[in-house]
Amino acid sequence: MAGPGAGDAVLELRDVAKSFGAVAALRSGSLTVERGSIHALVGENGAGKSTLVKIVAGVHRRDAGVFRFRGADVDFGSTAESKAAGIAVIYQEPTLFPDLSVTENIFMGRQILGRGRRIDRAAMYAEARRIFDRLGVRLDPRRPARGLSIADQQIIEIAKAISLDASLLIMDEPTAALSGVEVERLFAVARSLRDEGRGIVFISHRFDEVFDLCDTVTVMRDGEYISTDRIAATNVDEIVARMVGREVAELFPKTPAQRGDVVLEVEGLSSAGVFHDVSFSVRAGEIVGLAGLVGAGRSEIARAIFGVDGYDSGTVRLMGRPVPRRNVRAAIRAGMAFVPEDRRKQGLVTESSVARNIASVVRGGLAKAGFLTAAAENRAARPWAGRLEVKTAALDMAATTMSGGNQQKVVIAKWLATDPKLLIIDEPTRGIDVGTKAEVHRLLSDLAGQGVAILLISSELPEVLGMADRVLVVCEGEITADIERAEATPEKVMHAATRSARPVDIVPTESEEVHA
Amino acid sequence: MSALTLSPSELSPLRRILGGALRSREIAVAVVLVLVVLATTVKNDQFLFGANGWRDLLLTPSILLLLAVGETAVIITRNVDLSVGSVVGLTAYLTGRIFIANPGMPVFLVFIIGLAFGGALGLINGLLVSFGKVPALVITLGTLYIYRGVFLTWAGANRVNASDMPDGFLKLGTEQVLTIPVLTIIAVVMLALVGYYLYTARGGRELYAIGSDPAAADLYGLRVTRRVLAAFVLSGAMAGLAGVATAARYGTVSSDAGLNLELQAVGAAVIGGVAIFGGSGTVWGAAIGAFLLVTINRALPVLGVQDFWQQFVVGVLIIGSIVLDRVLTLRRDRKIIEAREVA
Repeated sequence: MAGPGAGDAVLELRDVAKSFGAVAALRSGSLTVERGSIHALVGENGAGKSTLVKIVAGVHRRDAGVFRFRGADVDFGSTAESKAAGIAVIYQEPTLFPDLSVTENIFMGRQILGRGRRIDRAAMYAEARRIFDRLGVRLDPRRPARGLSIADQQIIEIAKAISLDASLLIMDEPTAALSGVEVERLFAVARSLRDEGRGIVFISHRFDEVFDLCDTVTVMRDGEYISTDRIAATNVDEIVARMVGREVAELFPKTPAQRGDVVLEVEGLSSAGVFHDVSFSVRAGEIVGLAGLVGAGRSEIARAIFGVDGYDSGTVRLMGRPVPRRNVRAAIRAGMAFVPEDRRKQGLVTESSVARNIASVVRGGLAKAGFLTAAAENRAARPWAGRLEVKTAALDMAATTMSGGNQQKVVIAKWLATDPKLLIIDEPTRGIDVGTKAEVHRLLSDLAGQGVAILLISSELPEVLGMADRVLVVCEGEITADIERAEATPEKVMHAATRSARPVDIVPTESEEVHA
Repeated sequence: MSALTLSPSELSPLRRILGGALRSREIAVAVVLVLVVLATTVKNDQFLFGANGWRDLLLTPSILLLLAVGETAVIITRNVDLSVGSVVGLTAYLTGRIFIANPGMPVFLVFIIGLAFGGALGLINGLLVSFGKVPALVITLGTLYIYRGVFLTWAGANRVNASDMPDGFLKLGTEQVLTIPVLTIIAVVMLALVGYYLYTARGGRELYAIGSDPAAADLYGLRVTRRVLAAFVLSGAMAGLAGVATAARYGTVSSDAGLNLELQAVGAAVIGGVAIFGGSGTVWGAAIGAFLLVTINRALPVLGVQDFWQQFVVGVLIIGSIVLDRVLTLRRDRKIIEAREVA
């Protein structure tokens, strides 16, 4: 590990581990941040960066490992404790109170008190204005936080950190939603904070930014520490290679597809502020992977196609016939199936029996004279559960008692019972153990072999590369690349997902001042 | 650095105050209230200038006002307290029993006991909501029935009559100081205390923060459980006070004391601009809402409006306020998105 000036370290994490149930989110995280430096933390989605940040922030407690802050061993049980110690975290999604004023958001919980323990609003406004002046922004301290652009919300978060006089500032993908000018401004602020001797952790997927701003870079992969280098002593290709770092294993039993006719055709799909001008097609027997970073808009596109959410313009066609927008029933009738990202919340009635879950979408066809019997449900469910090898003692068991992998199989079984032409599957193996992962993958491969068109969304790059016949890369609501299986490499996909192939446009646009 | 400025949204103080006043829900509801009173007085001048016109105008809403103040504190935290009507009934009956058992009891002490008893019932609500991790709607719907059930079991076929309570206490129900009824003064003092706390104390502002975004409140390290608990205790205590006031005002306590008051309390808060999903609204607005709700109920018969239409008007008021809020929110959100798309 890097550490000639270990005494200067403001934050030191060594071999920190954290598991959630059976899933190890962080196996061995290490990070040393020095005073007066900006330290980049990079890794794929799911590499454990966010878990690491949450441990430092006091959201989670580590299971094992060393955690030192300003030279002393610490163990934060709450966000209040870490904040009091001088750690400020700016999360990917700003956490503000929309109903309260900008100033109240900065000072909430530690408002300036005047006589008689009254909140001294005048002093708070003055302080907020002083901070904004320092940051070079003109925000009305009295306006409510609701309706602020993401950039302004991040400014509020930074103002919070400054008013806290934090000695460590962690920024979790702060630039994901910012334009060129806003990024420049944020960097100027970050540099001035560094020059004051604070330590800054910068998490980003944009390598041009990492190399522009940071002094040091730490790479994580699969919940483990990989390397730490001075920025000057490394380059983008080296970092990307370390981030990806592994072979696409036998985990992915993909058989070459017999591509048939076009099943799904999406043209010019746009939804204000979410995605725009999305066009692609999926053929029968083909698995098309939608890759991209968390928040790039992949799930939103899938939800719009399936009719859960609306869209502003564009068309969706299935087998050549248009599918009406915002109409899930029509989408199911047309032959679509959708396995959502969060199976507990969106895909399963966890309190119901396995049989009932599997039979839930075909219920109309099972009912006799309007009545639905458990026997009919069981009859319909049995072949599917058998085929998927769902390991439950009986079909009557409640779905909530099953493991994540088996739950996922039940969700897939539920949709297979509708005999779909197109299967949209979002993060099929999240939180599933390795063995079951391979089973889910084999199932997908078999389905494609039977001529089902599959749209696979995954944040795990190896999964996309291993399973997809074609990879579409989504970046900030747009499809930035369409790569054939033979040509799909982790580097290519990551470049397209972060747009680091072409420079971030730093053309100042005057029309940034758009506040209602 | 100054070339990178973002949003010059600073307004002059005068424009800010004026704009705020024009958009203020409190003032809008107050204007409606004044119009209702004026229209009714024009139709029948006894409404305001009759023997008890002025007194009743101020006195009748005082009980609902107390409830609305407590309810607002709870709703601001994105919860709701449906048990307040039952707390009123139970406390009113307790008041009667105290006087039956101990006729010489100082009136002041009875008010304190009512406040504490209501607070204890509120604490039960708060504990169940905070630690049971069950929505307040369900918990307080349950305690609504439980508290009412305790009341009915305890009272049995008995009821408290005016003769059971000392004259000094009953006089308080209608007494006036400088033409202003004592119960109204009590209610307004409570309103002022809570209003002041919500605006100027850390704890008060944290209630707004919790209701505005509970997840963010956790990340800020606010003591969410303790604050929510406090809000429920306050709501219960206000209902307890209202229970004592009910006994003093009406002289008798029968089994239907406080029945359905919880819905009026929620209605008053909503009409007064307290967002049902928490985070915004003031007790001042809720208080004016309570005044409007009670006054409309009294005014409509004077105006010759039939029974059905009286209920109808109240319903329209509540739905109207919510729809108005929703429409304004949607319009504002759409504008913001459009502005971003242009950029």
